[in-house]
Amino acid sequence: MAKKTNGGSGLVERPQSANDDIGEEMRLRLYRSQYTLRQAEQRAHDLFLQNMVKGTSHLSLGQEAVAAGFGEAMKPGDLSFCTYRGHAHTLARGVAVEKVLGELMARDNGLMRGKGGSMHLTSVEHGVMGSYAIIGAHLPIACGAAWRAQYKGSKDVAVCFFGDGTTNIGAFHEALNFAVIWKLPVVFVCENNLYMEYTPIADVTAVARPAADRASAYGLEPIVIDGNDADVVYRTAQKALAKARAGEGPSLIECLTYRHSGHSRADPAKYRPPGELEKWKERDPIKIYRERMAQFGIEPDAIGAIEAEVQKVVDDATEVCKAAPPPSIDVLTTDVYADGGWAWRN
Amino acid sequence: MAELTYRDAVIRGLAQEMTRDPDVVMIGEDIGKAGGVFKATVGLFDQFGPLRVRDTPISEQAILGAAMGAAMTGLKPIAEIMFSDFFAVCFDYIANEFPKSRYMTNGQVKVPLVVRTGNGGSARFGAQHSQSVENWCMMIPGLKVVAPSSPVDVIGLLAASVRDPDPVIFLEHKGLYPTKGEVPDGEIVDTLGTAKIVRAGTDATIVALALMVPRALEAAEKLQTEDGINCEVIDVRSLVPLDTQTILGSVARTGRLFTVEENPRLCGWGAEIVSIAADESFYDLDGPPVRITTPHIPLPASDVLEDLAIPNAARIADRVKRALQG
Repeated sequence: MAKKTNGGSGLVERPQSANDDIGEEMRLRLYRSQYTLRQAEQRAHDLFLQNMVKGTSHLSLGQEAVAAGFGEAMKPGDLSFCTYRGHAHTLARGVAVEKVLGELMARDNGLMRGKGGSMHLTSVEHGVMGSYAIIGAHLPIACGAAWRAQYKGSKDVAVCFFGDGTTNIGAFHEALNFAVIWKLPVVFVCENNLYMEYTPIADVTAVARPAADRASAYGLEPIVIDGNDADVVYRTAQKALAKARAGEGPSLIECLTYRHSGHSRADPAKYRPPGELEKWKERDPIKIYRERMAQFGIEPDAIGAIEAEVQKVVDDATEVCKAAPPPSIDVLTTDVYADGGWAWRN
Repeated sequence: MAELTYRDAVIRGLAQEMTRDPDVVMIGEDIGKAGGVFKATVGLFDQFGPLRVRDTPISEQAILGAAMGAAMTGLKPIAEIMFSDFFAVCFDYIANEFPKSRYMTNGQVKVPLVVRTGNGGSARFGAQHSQSVENWCMMIPGLKVVAPSSPVDVIGLLAASVRDPDPVIFLEHKGLYPTKGEVPDGEIVDTLGTAKIVRAGTDATIVALALMVPRALEAAEKLQTEDGINCEVIDVRSLVPLDTQTILGSVARTGRLFTVEENPRLCGWGAEIVSIAADESFYDLDGPPVRITTPHIPLPASDVLEDLAIPNAARIADRVKRALQG
């Protein structure tokens, strides 16, 4: 992996037009995915402001390239393990916008009929094996899914997404050690958006690169990439997935990125130094990708058509969700136990 | 029929289920080559191989997390946490992840696994290796909690736990590992959520769990011999699901209810049973229900002090006698 620093904002890999390994079809897919995540998250934000989404929510605005790059590189059957900031990763595996917005709006048409909420989006049929709201919990769980793949001889890979803050919790270290000693087909993806909730990650971490600088402690290659460039993410994901599928063990990838909004709904992000957000918006993944597509001569009409389609999908989904009823009250006590109910005594 | 120790019953139960289903796998510290610190997995590594009996580092979160990931994608893992006290370092999985995933995902995620652990006192290990943590688990919706008291129940309830589609906490009592009992030949499969009347009686109902069961039985014999008091003793066996009907049925016959709990007093499982009896069997009761528990203290290491803390036959008998004769 070429590593060229780009000021404080990350690493840049310039396209090699002479030898394009991605191609127009995949570029349009990557753009469609990123644009869908952007529009759906923006819509989620707008629905908060209209008080149609209750509770909390953690948006991925500005971090779309990571979810899109991995989402396109992963194959059907590969498994995603996400965090409470999981809307984008869920959508990037092909889950319908309507199902996600419905869950955020606590409607009966939601992905889990309102029983999980924003922080726990799950769609097993799409390989989205859960969004975990306890920091670090899902890294060992992803190891377990990979253990099953290894034991059964199946070729699927578990991909585990988490933030920079996760690198300072014990489960991160237990899981990395585990994955390496058992040579598990798992890919750990750290989205370093520079802040653990409200605190700069650099203020509370012993090393400069919270994930990559820990890699060598587990015998792994340190990998830091530009997480705002979907091409870079896609290539890196392909490589790590192929390695895992070949039985060559886990990877740990640190993606440098930035969230445009606060940590959660309640956070106006006033702790940011002046100008930081503006600087990162110059490296907005959508902006980068529009430039990239122009560079590769992709017709503006093709891009415009995708944007119009996505906009319609998000608009239609919003209307469906607004019209949908709340969950029926009987689901309050369903699925506590495998018999479908909640009985703990006779 | 053969006489087997509780420890060897664990081995036999595990071997029975692993032979039956190749998706049953084991994971834990020192369970493989070393055969377990309590020697309750001896021989399984040789019989089933390193891919099915996997030794781990000292990483309790990784053990339970990996068990969950394997369970939700198709295996039937049996994870071992060496001492139940260590639940405190991996409690996220026990409290947040195993039991809530099915509910939160509207039934999409299933977590069919068993966590085996060495529970309870009497080994003089002190406050962090002797606790009875069944109540930590009982209070969490979505978990099942099982604690056998005899070798035959170890096999049957372990088999039922492995075959159960829900996450099951299987508490093996450290003080019972060397105890012996008759075990029939062949496959043994029991039913979760069924209490067992282990001694029939007419004057009082004593409800006990795990190591407290043999002690309650000993107390019942003493009361019969010395005072002519005829106690019924019920082994709860499974706290979740809880077989309240067997307990309340007994209370209806005897009119008196005693619980014998090894856990410290506050929020012990006996409090729940007494509460249920107060709600539903109040007019069957001829006197106040009595809870016999370890006092609300950390367990001491000293043999003299530990024996004072944990209920024994003499204390149980004395408390029952005073209540009945008071």
